Amino acid sequence: MILGRVTARVVATLKHPAFKRYGLLAVRPVNISGGLKEGGVIVAINAAQAGIGDIVLVNQEGKSARAIVGIKDAPIRSVIVGVVDHWEENGRTHNSRE
Amino acid sequence: MKLGKVIGTVVTVREVNQYQGCKLLLVQEVDESGRDVDEPLVAIDTVDAGIGSHIFFVTAREAAMAVPGRSIPADAAIVGIVEETK
Repeated sequence: MILGRVTARVVATLKHPAFKRYGLLAVRPVNISGGLKEGGVIVAINAAQAGIGDIVLVNQEGKSARAIVGIKDAPIRSVIVGVVDHWEENGRTHNSRE
Repeated sequence: MKLGKVIGTVVTVREVNQYQGCKLLLVQEVDESGRDVDEPLVAIDTVDAGIGSHIFFVTAREAAMAVPGRSIPADAAIVGIVEETK
C-alpha cells in the first residue's frame, strides 16, 4: 500500500455500476516525510470514510478491490483502505495533520 | 518476492473491517547487499517483524492471500524474516 493525501473529491454522475456504493477521491502520493510527490494523482474508491486533507492508505490490487465492492468483475483497482493517524520512520514520528 | 527492511510503523484511525488486528509496517525494498531500491511502501505484517528487521515480502495479488484463512485487501505483505543473504 502507499501513503497519500486526499486532495479532492471526484464527482462523476455517469460511471460503471460497480462504482455506485462508494465515493471517489483524488489522492496524491506522499513521500516518507509526508510531502506531496510530483506527478499524477490516483483516483480511488473511499472504503474508509476518508475526507479531504486526510493521509490515507491506498491499496492498488484488483482482487482485494473487487472483494471490497462485492462485485466479481468490477473494473476497480485503487481503494482507500485506511485513514492514517500517524506513522513513524527511522525514529521520527509524522502526524497526518501536520 | 522482494527483499526489504522494516523502517517504521503506520497507525490508522479508521480502516476497512478486514484490517482489524493487522499490523502495518513501512518497508524499504533493498537489494542483496542492503542498498535501497525504489521508495518505501506500507505492508501487512504476517510474521511479527519489527523495526530494523530484514524481511522478504510479496506484492500484488498474492499479498491478499498472506493471512491464512482470510482475504485481506492488501497489495504488499511481509511473509518472512531474513537471517542473512550470502
